Amino acid sequence: MHELAITEGVVQAVTERLPGTPIACVHLEIGVMSGVVADSVRFCFDLVTEGTTLEGARLDIIQPAARCRCRDCGAEFEPDGMIALCDCGSADVAVLAGQELRIRSVEVV
Amino acid sequence: MCATCGCGVAGVRVFGPGQLGPAGHDHGTDHSHDHEHAHGPGQADRGQAPSHEHGLDGRTVQIQQNILAKNDRLAEDNRAWLTARGILAVNLMSSPGAGKTTLLERTAREAGAGLGLTVIEGDQETTLDASRIEAAGCAVAQINTGAGCHLDASMVARGLSALNPSPGSVLVIENVGNLVCPALFDLGEAARVVLSSVTEGADKPIKYPQMFRGADLVLLTKVDLLPYVDFDTGRHARDLKLISPGAQIMPVSATTGEGLPAWYAWLSERTR
Repeated sequence: MHELAITEGVVQAVTERLPGTPIACVHLEIGVMSGVVADSVRFCFDLVTEGTTLEGARLDIIQPAARCRCRDCGAEFEPDGMIALCDCGSADVAVLAGQELRIRSVEVV
Repeated sequence: MCATCGCGVAGVRVFGPGQLGPAGHDHGTDHSHDHEHAHGPGQADRGQAPSHEHGLDGRTVQIQQNILAKNDRLAEDNRAWLTARGILAVNLMSSPGAGKTTLLERTAREAGAGLGLTVIEGDQETTLDASRIEAAGCAVAQINTGAGCHLDASMVARGLSALNPSPGSVLVIENVGNLVCPALFDLGEAARVVLSSVTEGADKPIKYPQMFRGADLVLLTKVDLLPYVDFDTGRHARDLKLISPGAQIMPVSATTGEGLPAWYAWLSERTR
């Protein structure tokens, strides 16, 4: 359940950047290959924000799709699930997108 | 409230060498929590000033920050500290019971002196593992994560101060037994070693790709039990190749000693 620590990291980053500022909404980017489950972050958010300037804030998460480039044949493709395998049979791929784990912005009250 | 363990303050405890006590169980069970509050990712420097000012000139404030930025920054501090001293730090990960501590006990006995081996042990509770490593003749620090499911860079920084490994030595950080959560948290290590035991089954790399994708070396452990379990080594190797084409596989048994000279050589080569 590392999403608890991840969500705690979000709250710390926001409260350090905007100390004492009540927050109405937090916009996150959690790629589908990031290893973080967005629903688990949503589950943890209310618990972690309790008593902070983020208490009661809305949580908006966008989930960028995965995109890979094969290092053998150069093809770009969208992997099926967590296992990135090119149609040419190679597993030697660079992940171009889908591993994002970012706080994009916040809306203040 | 501490969101990691649900208590009033953080539940992380660090035991340095000589603080393990008898029978490896020296901490109170009353959950009294008179400890300092410094667990991560990154509460240690909570009081610091923001890196730069923001004008609140609208209702939306751009943050554009990696959620793991703080842990990554602390991990880089650890890495710089270790590199400056020529210390090889290895992040050892696996599910619980794959044989991490047994491997380290035998490594300590057979190659500990030559490698200058020290160990940081990570477990939710108890100093049992640290006591086993200490009994094998190796300096060790124990981190108890409380409810935490992984080590993070700030915990390892505390472990480093408690242990103070010598320049040119090998430091193995035995992570909390877990094939999911530790994968995301950089500790400042130079290499990631993942154990996969034959008793767990051959499908672990494909079921836990995030963990195996980051592995530099996969130790296939308990190979002395291969005649007694249904484990397809070919399938295991093929699946691992799909997840992590660059990862090396090394079959070992900490019971019979099979394959261990290659493991010791792997560590030794990377300290030079």
